[in-house]
Amino acid sequence: MIYLELFLGFLYVGCFAFGGAYGAIPLIRDVVLKYGWLAEEELTYMIAVSESTPGPIMINLATYVGSTQAGILGSFIATTAVVIPSFVIMLLITAVLKHAIKHPAVQAVLQGMKPCIIGIILATGLHMMVSHCFAAQGVDGRALLITGILAVILYVLPRFKINKPSPIMLIIISACIGVVVYGV
Amino acid sequence: MNLLLELFLCFAKIGLFTFGGGYAMIAIIENTCVEQKKWMTHDEMMDIAVIAESTPGPIAINTATHVGYKRAGVIGALAATVGMVLPSFVIIFLISMFLEQFMEITIIANAFQGIKIGVGLLIFDAGLKMMKKMPAKKLSRGLMIFGLVAMLCINLFSIRISSVLVMLTAAVVSLAVHFVKGGRNA
Repeated sequence: MIYLELFLGFLYVGCFAFGGAYGAIPLIRDVVLKYGWLAEEELTYMIAVSESTPGPIMINLATYVGSTQAGILGSFIATTAVVIPSFVIMLLITAVLKHAIKHPAVQAVLQGMKPCIIGIILATGLHMMVSHCFAAQGVDGRALLITGILAVILYVLPRFKINKPSPIMLIIISACIGVVVYGV
Repeated sequence: MNLLLELFLCFAKIGLFTFGGGYAMIAIIENTCVEQKKWMTHDEMMDIAVIAESTPGPIAINTATHVGYKRAGVIGALAATVGMVLPSFVIIFLISMFLEQFMEITIIANAFQGIKIGVGLLIFDAGLKMMKKMPAKKLSRGLMIFGLVAMLCINLFSIRISSVLVMLTAAVVSLAVHFVKGGRNA
């Protein structure tokens, strides 16, 4: 039953999506690959689209997966499911549990989870980059070249007082480089 | 104007004009809710940012829920949150209907070959930025490295373990350390 799967899958994402926009990406990746909703490549494209369109990335991805799997009802269910946990938790905190978040044990749990999520985000980014450059068919020279150019733009140019591009700008730059490198 | 409608429209506007999510949104929410509408104070906004850090889900949803509830109870929270979500829902739904045809154009497909590398780098860079802000404690560093190594192994060897399990392990370790230390101090 696809509607139930979408609901449960994205409810799970909503419950554990700590660590902001990028914290949700490894989780969504887990879920969509497990159910076979998106291929790794399609997910990457959608992350770029979500980054370049308004609204939180998590919501955008839920809407997209729901829509491609089960039309407008599917996208409605997935989006609702991903929002419910933060809605309910925030409502509880605002209305009744104002001090729960400051409890030492709650803080200890959060202090443990946050650094771990940073590690998970780093690993996901690394894996995505490396898997494009070193696929099963061998080394992709063009992907390696693009990775090099983008790394220089992000980490070397700022040392020469050239501003680091915003995420949307970086996506536009990488699109242009892709057109040139894969076009010729 | 009807308060519910105002909450809905105001957050729909925020949802329509904030890209990428996360902290970019705080400035716009602050401008609208604190300066223009005077729905809350600057301090309250900062409190929400801290709470949003500690609760799952996007900060935009957390803020919409909080402000909506403060102004008009549960119905208000619902109106603000639905307003927040609706613009991205509509835009992404439209995109999802055309993306496949769009991808068949060679130049677009080539552009996405580049974009897919950019996205990996973007995620990695977000991780780096968060790492720099992390408290310089041994336990934090250890748990970060644990998350990194565990997740790399899971990806590399295609192990069927969810990242949630890795996260919860870190939570349990941190909680155990908290109680052991507390016991020693007592």
